[in-house]
Amino acid sequence: MGFKHKKNEKKELKKILLMGNPNVGKSVFFSRLTGANVICSNYPGTTIDFTKGVMRIKGERAEVIDVPGTCSLEPTNKAEEIAVKMLGEGDVIINVVNATNFERNLYLTIELLEQNIPVIIALNMWDDAKHKGITINVEQLEKILGVPVVPTVAVTGEGIKTLVSRLDEAKSPDIKPTSEEGRWIEIGDVVKKVQTVKHRHHTLSERISDATVKPITGIPVAILVLLLVFQFIITIGNLVIEEILDPFFCNYYSPWITGVVNSFAPSGILHDILVGQFVEGKLDFAQSFGLLTTGLYVPFVMVLPFVTLFYLMLGLLEDVGYLPRLSVLVDTIFHRIGLHGFAIVSVMLGLGCNVPGALSTRILETRKQRFISATLLAICVPCMAQTAMIFGILGRYGVGYIMIVFSTLIILYVLLGFIMNKLIKGEAPEIFMEIPPYRKPSLTTLMKKTWMRVRSFLVEAVPFVILGVFIVNLLYISGAIDILGNIFAPVLVGWLGLPKEAAGALIIGFLRKDVAVGMLLPLGLSPMQLVIASTMLAIYFPCIATFVILIRELGVKDMIKSCIIMLSVALIVGGTLRLILLGV
Amino acid sequence: MDLSKLKPGKTARIVMLEGGHGLKRNLRIKGIREGKHIKIITRQPIGGPLVVEVEGMQTVIGRGMAKKIFVEE
Repeated sequence: MGFKHKKNEKKELKKILLMGNPNVGKSVFFSRLTGANVICSNYPGTTIDFTKGVMRIKGERAEVIDVPGTCSLEPTNKAEEIAVKMLGEGDVIINVVNATNFERNLYLTIELLEQNIPVIIALNMWDDAKHKGITINVEQLEKILGVPVVPTVAVTGEGIKTLVSRLDEAKSPDIKPTSEEGRWIEIGDVVKKVQTVKHRHHTLSERISDATVKPITGIPVAILVLLLVFQFIITIGNLVIEEILDPFFCNYYSPWITGVVNSFAPSGILHDILVGQFVEGKLDFAQSFGLLTTGLYVPFVMVLPFVTLFYLMLGLLEDVGYLPRLSVLVDTIFHRIGLHGFAIVSVMLGLGCNVPGALSTRILETRKQRFISATLLAICVPCMAQTAMIFGILGRYGVGYIMIVFSTLIILYVLLGFIMNKLIKGEAPEIFMEIPPYRKPSLTTLMKKTWMRVRSFLVEAVPFVILGVFIVNLLYISGAIDILGNIFAPVLVGWLGLPKEAAGALIIGFLRKDVAVGMLLPLGLSPMQLVIASTMLAIYFPCIATFVILIRELGVKDMIKSCIIMLSVALIVGGTLRLILLGV
Repeated sequence: MDLSKLKPGKTARIVMLEGGHGLKRNLRIKGIREGKHIKIITRQPIGGPLVVEVEGMQTVIGRGMAKKIFVEE
């Protein structure tokens, strides 16, 4: 077959695909080649959709596409389906191979070589392979496969230049498509000729790895890790709020902004929209609901510290490689609710923001699993913005009240999952995934990743928070709040034991859950009523951003089913909580 | 003997894979192939998954799948 460049035929950009097994470092490669930042982690399935970027090769622009990882060209989940579909679009494939896991990675390599697309191989994690006592004869391998092979260490950038300079040597060798058996025989041959492995003893990191998956040691470690993580987020978050952000807002920002607004609108509607209503004669950032007061106080003071700290901790757990171990430990429970342990990744991402959580359900194998996992996410997993606000309004009454909210959600997750698993038809395959070795996280990568996620909160969420506060004002000024209150009164007053003004929170909850929780504060609810209302706001419906993603991921029909479940569960749980907590 | 009965800490050789074409392929591309040595790192209680090691790489595998992998000590 030989050379087959399409770039001369069309004026289009040459398309370079990064393909390989999951968790071999394709996204790190992508960042290196294009300079673009993408989320990289130490677990298979981080990349669930393709990402495009542009690089320059000898002055010429080329498009680089980061493709989700797959072990073969016969996909087993949605992310892998995307990978296989992308194959038709490529002009050149950079096949990223994990050198420490050479033999099984070769299966995809052989499949790729059978296609009529030029391939170049990056033998990545070359340094790890050396440490593990694995040697691969690169020249010999090039000769056998008939394509260029370049040893690389993507995280440090080693070998990337050589790879790029040899990109035009990529070719499609004359390998005829063969059967699965045929490929394994070929692989056996190749490995025998080029790879030698020295026996060596277990390293410390491997012993730690074993200890964190064995139940006797692993479960206490998991509990400790999660407690420490959340303790860290809460303690530092509160400290930052109480010592820095809140004093700044109250002592400096507040007098300044009231002065500025008073200079052109000392009273009236404009004043109330911008600065808000005074509570007991003075400005209250959490309750006044002015665009320039509460509209900024909620996202920047009450939510941002927690979101930032959460993403820092999540990134750390991801990069170290702890999440796959956590998956092992929770698999026994998760398998009984129709999922498997890896669904914990959706939960963890969802605790930050439900949108990436919902997207990550793609790594599950069947429609049933994706449905259960997405529905449970929407009902039982509050995002960090919402959680921060729940801390904000309930924290003053004691940790116990917060515990009621979260225990209810956890119990509900398991119970509802169990019921859905029984009722929903379809298969629930078992867990089956590689557990990557622990890695020392790189501080710069961690900081970059945290910043990317925080930036997306600032850019995508904060405008909606401000919009939410604006709509709250409209609801009150126009009197719509009373009409809505009367409509929802039977449910709110009669069933949930809440005042009818809580209808406003339910409406705003479609837009932003954090603003909705904040709206409960001026209503003068008892702590138990706040518990019920906060739990309801978590359960009853996803926010609009998550809603849109869920329609795309589940399809309209399944999403309608999912919404019916959400609303009925909200009613049942709300009524039950009222009976237990309010006793009426 | 199937893999789910192998004691944690023990190593055995894979002699046969059972099940459909898809499952077998899936096992093989993740390194679980006939002739390979497989070590049980841990077996989670109450029917939970196993963590196994083949050629230095660890994989978590459901109990049901493990029952379709036959090994010889």
